[in-house]
Amino acid sequence: MTEIRDHTLNFGPQHPAAHGVLRLVLEMDGEVIVRADPHIGLLHRGTEKFAENRTWAQSLPFMDRLDYTCMMCNEHAYCLAVERLLGIEIPERAKYLRTLFDEVTRLLAHLLSLGAHALDVGAMSIMLYALRDREDLLDVCEAAAGARMHPAYYRIGGVSRDLPEQMPQYRESKWKNAATVKKFNENRQGSLLDFLEDFTNRFPKHHAEYHTLLTDNRIWKQRLVNIGVVSPERAKQLGFTGAMLRGSGVEWDLRKKQPYAAYDKVDFDVPVGVHGDSYDRYLVRMEEMFQANRIIKQCIAWLRTHPGAVMAENHKVTPPRRADMKSNMESLIHHFKYFSEGVHIPQGEAYAAVEHPKGEFGIYAISDGANMPYRLKIRSPGFAHLAAMDEMARGHMLADVVTIIGSQDIVFGEIDR
Amino acid sequence: MSAKLETLENRLRATLGARIARFVVALGEITIETKVADYVETMRLLRDTPELDFDLLVDLCGVDYSTYGDGWTGRRYAAVTHLLSLAHNWRVRVRVFAEADDFPVLPSIVPIWNSVNWYEREAFDLFGILFEGHTDLRRILTDYNFVGHPLCKDFPLAGHMEMRYDEKEGRVVYQPVSIVPREVAPRVRHEPGYGEAHD
Repeated sequence: MTEIRDHTLNFGPQHPAAHGVLRLVLEMDGEVIVRADPHIGLLHRGTEKFAENRTWAQSLPFMDRLDYTCMMCNEHAYCLAVERLLGIEIPERAKYLRTLFDEVTRLLAHLLSLGAHALDVGAMSIMLYALRDREDLLDVCEAAAGARMHPAYYRIGGVSRDLPEQMPQYRESKWKNAATVKKFNENRQGSLLDFLEDFTNRFPKHHAEYHTLLTDNRIWKQRLVNIGVVSPERAKQLGFTGAMLRGSGVEWDLRKKQPYAAYDKVDFDVPVGVHGDSYDRYLVRMEEMFQANRIIKQCIAWLRTHPGAVMAENHKVTPPRRADMKSNMESLIHHFKYFSEGVHIPQGEAYAAVEHPKGEFGIYAISDGANMPYRLKIRSPGFAHLAAMDEMARGHMLADVVTIIGSQDIVFGEIDR
Repeated sequence: MSAKLETLENRLRATLGARIARFVVALGEITIETKVADYVETMRLLRDTPELDFDLLVDLCGVDYSTYGDGWTGRRYAAVTHLLSLAHNWRVRVRVFAEADDFPVLPSIVPIWNSVNWYEREAFDLFGILFEGHTDLRRILTDYNFVGHPLCKDFPLAGHMEMRYDEKEGRVVYQPVSIVPREVAPRVRHEPGYGEAHD
């Protein structure tokens, strides 16, 4: 009997390491990848088509559902695009709040990506530790916006509301007795900012734990070093952005180069890789988490001392305050027009991009003067990264594909849209 | 207009000259329009001229202009490309309209920026724009055996076909959509001067 070496392998869409619904058709020579052909679109929901049939404000919550691990950064790009089309400035406090929550989101996304990446490669414990940190940050999202996963906190013209003065606390129940509740509520005595500051003080220690568990771990290095190497020239040619581009040694960060929100007023460093392999990309993401923690600290300090409005005052494009509606007829009219017909945006087009945890996330909006977009294109970073899968996986072993998927930090909500 | 944008404008005009069919500066962004015949050469110049150095293609977006504004008279399909230069830290938007509305064809620019490969597949999938010279122009986001191009303005929001699991046949079946079209918010455009203060 002759030995058959060439074969085609279906990886996913139900593979736990496929990060969602990736169907990867692999042409193999033995255990070596000859060609990788990702089939995407299994999560395609037609967000762009939906947006063309909803008012500008109604489309905002869709953005959360694109990259569901970095929800607030998606909202940010959308708000920036619409604000540019409208030509409105948002209050300073809203800018800092957006910066704060962008970095909270970055931590959330990187923690999950780190945990999932480690899980794929064979380290079980990181995921459990990462979820411990995520839990606190999700509580912050919940306290600020009312929802953990899809907060819709940013709004056109600012953010939906200011931070609460009191951090929500646990209550006694059948499952939690008084002693447990007391222990759980220890760091929840003050405001949301107090709770978050407590987290930022704790986080460097946790961050060091992740380094201890992975950075010099022999198995982790054997699985990551020299896997999926991309040269800086190829990274640019393949349209890489974010940690993928920086991992290849190109210093490029939109927060530094084209600052938005309050990024020009906070101090942080941009880590850059050297070899362009999966291990360097991992190190870049780790350092980004540390820097995000620094930015959060600075934002907390600023927010404590600078109270003020969080929504632009032009009520033709932002909803009026609830209290004003009770006594002021014009506010009532603004409210009615805003939530029924929506905001009309002058003819034009704008592209706004933010440094998303995964890379450059951009919104290209075309308006023909109506109350809804004429065309809304979502530029998701993962789309370009996954397109490079074939080039990155070629010549590697089957097990390395899992490493490459993890190091590309793929999330299907944004790729399939 | 900022000094940087002015520098970019001057360099673009000097490099591309007559290849620019239309030049728009709005909201701090530069848009150039080019004809199909000049498209590939324009893109190559944008990448290879050191004074411009657009080394990263950020996005290619298909657009169907058929219902734009109060009646669109131009060509229907366009591909809009966003380019970024890392060295100069500037962006430009390039728009090219396909010449035939019933059979839109544009040259592929995959040899110039490899990253455009999937974006062109996406524009083909969602709008039916064909990219001449693309070696792998398959559908990308829609289902296998999908019919139609869903982001065209004449494609209904609910689509044509729906899919469900059939208990009796024990498999997934396709059938015409049962969703009744419903307008959640009507599309409204105001006449010029609407809502402005009365004198």
